[in-house]
Formats: sequence, C-alpha cells, structure tokens
Amino acid sequence: MSVGEAVTAAEKLRRSRAGSRRLHKAAPTIFLAPAILLLMVFLLYPLLSSFRLSLLDWNGLGDGARFIGLQNWVRLAHDTVFWNSAWNNILLAFFSVVVQLPIAVVLAVVLDEASKGSRLLKILYFLPLLMSSVALGVLFKNVYDPNFGPINGILGAMGLYSWTQDWLGDPNFALGSVIAVVCWQNIPFYMVLFLAALSSFPREITEAARLDGATGRTIFWRLKLPHLQGTFRTAVLLAVIGSMRYFDLIYVMTGGGPENASEVMATYMYRTVFNSFELGYGSTVASAMFLIIMVIAAVSLRISKRFETEV
Amino acid sequence: MANRNFQPARVAIPVLGLFWLAVTTLPFIFVVFTSMKTLQETYTNPVWAMPEQLNLSNYIQVLQGSFLIYLRNSLFVISVSVVLIVLVSSMAAFALARLKFRLNGPLFGLIVAGMIVPLHVTLVPVYLMIRTAGLYDTLFALIGPYVATSLPISVFILTEFMRQVPKELEEAARLDGCGPFKIFARIFFPLSGPGIATVAIYNGIMLWNEFVFAYVLTSSPDKRTLPLAVWDFQGQYASDIPAVLAVVTLSTLPLIIVYAIGQERIVNGMMAGSLKG
Repeated sequence: MSVGEAVTAAEKLRRSRAGSRRLHKAAPTIFLAPAILLLMVFLLYPLLSSFRLSLLDWNGLGDGARFIGLQNWVRLAHDTVFWNSAWNNILLAFFSVVVQLPIAVVLAVVLDEASKGSRLLKILYFLPLLMSSVALGVLFKNVYDPNFGPINGILGAMGLYSWTQDWLGDPNFALGSVIAVVCWQNIPFYMVLFLAALSSFPREITEAARLDGATGRTIFWRLKLPHLQGTFRTAVLLAVIGSMRYFDLIYVMTGGGPENASEVMATYMYRTVFNSFELGYGSTVASAMFLIIMVIAAVSLRISKRFETEV
Repeated sequence: MANRNFQPARVAIPVLGLFWLAVTTLPFIFVVFTSMKTLQETYTNPVWAMPEQLNLSNYIQVLQGSFLIYLRNSLFVISVSVVLIVLVSSMAAFALARLKFRLNGPLFGLIVAGMIVPLHVTLVPVYLMIRTAGLYDTLFALIGPYVATSLPISVFILTEFMRQVPKELEEAARLDGCGPFKIFARIFFPLSGPGIATVAIYNGIMLWNEFVFAYVLTSSPDKRTLPLAVWDFQGQYASDIPAVLAVVTLSTLPLIIVYAIGQERIVNGMMAGSLKG
C-alpha cells in the first residue's frame, strides 16, 4: 500500500466514522419519527380538530359549513338530552363500582381458596372478555327479547308473568338491563386483578397467623382484605374512567333508546353526527365529553392519591 | 372452634364457584343451542329446550353468505396492524428506554398521556380525514387509526420492558462497534420477545373486536371486518334468530380457538394491556 493510498484509506475511515456519528446523533429522531407522526395525525390533530369543528354549523357534506362561534356550546349547556346522558354515564360508573368490584372480590377469594379446578374456572370465567361487544350485544338482545328470550321464558314458566318485561324497550328498565350486561362482561377482569393481588399475599403471614390461633375468617377480614386496598383503588379508577367512555355494547343493544333512556355521551355524540347529520354540534358533544372525562380522570386520580397517603 | 368457623367457607366456595360458572356459561349455551334450532322450533318450543336435532343448516346458510369475506378482511387488517404496531412501538420504546436526548422525558410523558384520550372524540375528524384522503370504505382506512391508537399503551409496555435489559449487553455490543441501529436490531428487539408478545396479544384481541371505527370508516360488506358481520347480519336476518346467533357463534369461534391454545398467556396479556391503558 502506498503512502497516498494509506492516507485516503484513513480519510475514508474518518469520514465514515463522522458519517456514522452523525447518524448516531439522528438515531432518536429516526426511531421516534414513525410513532410521533402517527400520533400527531390520528390522535393529536383529531383532538384539536374536534374543538374547531365544534364552532361550525355543518351537516358534514359539501361546502355548507358555517362558522357560528360558541352557539353550539350554548346549545349544549341547555341540552337536557346531553346532560341526561352524562348522568347515565355517572350511573354506569357508580353501578360498575358497587356491583362489579364486590362480586369480583368474592370470586377472586373463591378461586384463591378453591384447591381443585380453580385454573379451569378462571379460564372459563374470563370468556366474556374475549367476545366483541357487538356479538355480546346481539347475544343479550336475544336474551332480553320479550317474546322469545330466555329471561321472560323462564319467568313465565315459573308463573311470574307479572315480572316479565320488555327489558330493553321499556324506558324504566333499559338502562338497568344494559348495565347488567356491562357488569357481566367486566367482572372477570376485576376478578383476575384481585386474584393476582391475593396470590401475591405472603403465605408465611397466613401460616404465622394460623399458628397464633387466627381463624380463616379473621385472616380474610383482617389480613387479606386490607392487602387488596391498593388494587381496589386501581380498580375503581379503571371502572370510573371506562364507564365515562362506554359506547359499543349500549349502541348495539338499545342505540341509546328508548326515548334516550339508556343514552350515554358517546352514543349521543354518534347519533348527532351520523344519524342527524349535525357534524358541528356532534363535535361539540365530543369535545365536551373529552373535557368531562379529563376532569373526572384528574379528580379521581387526585382522590385516589390522597387515600394512598392517608391510609 | 377453628373447624366450626371453617365450615361455611367449605360449602360456600364450591357453591359460589359453580353459580358463577352458570352465570358465565349459560348465555353461551343459549347461543349455541339456539343457533342449531330451526326457526320453527324457536316459535313452538320453550327457549331452554334442546335443539331437536344437530342442525347445522343455519351455519351453512351463514357461511354461504359473505361471512368468509369479513373473516378474510379481519385477518388482513389485524395482521398488518399488529406487525406495524410492534415495529413502530418497539423502535420508539428503544429510543425512550435507552437513548439519551434532551426531550426524552417529556416525549415519553406525552405519548403515554395518549392512553387517556377517549377515542370516540377523534372519530369525526378521523372520518373526515379518511374521506378526504380517498380511503373511505377501503381496508386501508382502518390501519392508520388502529396502529396510532394502539401506540401509547404499546410504547409504554415496551419501554418498561426494555429498561430492564441489562446494560452490560448493550455496552459489550457498543465495544464491538455496533451503532444504535444494530444494538436495537440484534439485542433489544430479540430480547423483548415476551413484551412484544404481550403487545401483540392485547392489541390483536382489542382490534379483532373493534367496532366503531370499522363501522364509521367502511360501508360495503366486502370491506368490513368481523364485528360488522354480526351487525350487518343482524340487520339482514333480523327475525331469523337462529341464523343471527349462528353468526355470533362463528364470529367468536376464532378467538375461542386461539384462547384454547394459550389461555394463560392471553389472560396475562389482556390484563397487562388494560391495566396500563
């Protein structure tokens, strides 16, 4: 190798190192670019755009969009259907917490204590969570069917004709019937959550307590249940936030009806945009829903943090 | 004394266990039985009666319709989406977990904050965007929103995972002259196998069941995914209860089969995903 060749080789190496160093510097950008781009296009922009659309009077087709300032927001403030649907979200959250969590704790304890078959039971209990809400909604629409559904069928066979109802068609029963299905589907989720917490409970403590003469009942109420507290907080948070954005199952089963009896914010938003073709006002509903959810999420996080420090 | 206190639990536990088993499985049994009845039977026999014979004609009727097209669409959309989710989120997670740059902390916070955004709020703008882009009523309409909305949770899971990969491995590779790209491809991506499995299982199941975006962004049966099959058939066969319930069964079957193969994994994946979401 001549001197000149060696020099150019060294120069090449230096250059390629400089090049790769530059490439290394750009590495974070290159690795993050696809994710950030996708999030901006499909999450951030739509979020902001929703607020912009909320200022329009538009049916969603053609150039008829008209800027009307805050008129949609004023309308929303006086829209009893919207506030009623937000209230239904709160009812859904409330019943999700008071129905699902206690049953889930009981089932978790059952699985934790049952020696035989608890693995198989857990697998079977989990099934509802794998089903799509549409399939589930159609399934329970048939279960509730006033003429051919098993619920009225069984009530009738037991001679309880007066108890039979048009479960989804009667404004007095629609929301409750829908909430029952929501609970049915989600209980296994919380059950597995509590089960994981229970099985992480140290065996030595149970044994030590038993040696000290503690009964199974005392061990459960005094030791295991307090141990679940942190998990309980997580579960309440998940149930509340999940309930505020609920859509699929309710839309499939009742569409929010009858007479808005089972309407929640998301179904109202959907129907305003895609059935009444009020795209501007529907976006106002969507934006309001976003704000309400953010406030509720922030408040419940704050409350759950306070509990954490106090207890 | 201790023994007497123990008695009620010994009875209550199996009773409660079996009771909830009934609550969980009876609706499924109702669906499967009814789907094998003839329409005539549903009118004349009580609901809890067994089907008079093993009658698969409802299934044949459904399969001869467009059911298989919905299934094919779902397989296509979900597999493309899951591959992209894994790729994009593992790249981002690697940068956030292991590369040093100024905006690392805030960026991680922002991406993860994406998990609380209620997706229905993005529905209308995404619909307008897809329409403007000329993608309305195509399978590709779904892939963008599906991948993007799955990213926050996936990045979160994988970043946590990659933070636990031992530093020594990375340093050894660096001494061997590997740059960040090789370190990612040779070390972090392969070592994140379990995290990637969780991300793929969780998002795969969520998207397999996704309804509202598919409902809004597509309209013709040959461009729609499986959850819409149930919806469309329900409209089509409204009063033919056995046929509708045959669709419900068929649409649930693929996940049940997957579940039968890897129950524990799927339960854990679903829990990890929803807990962080």
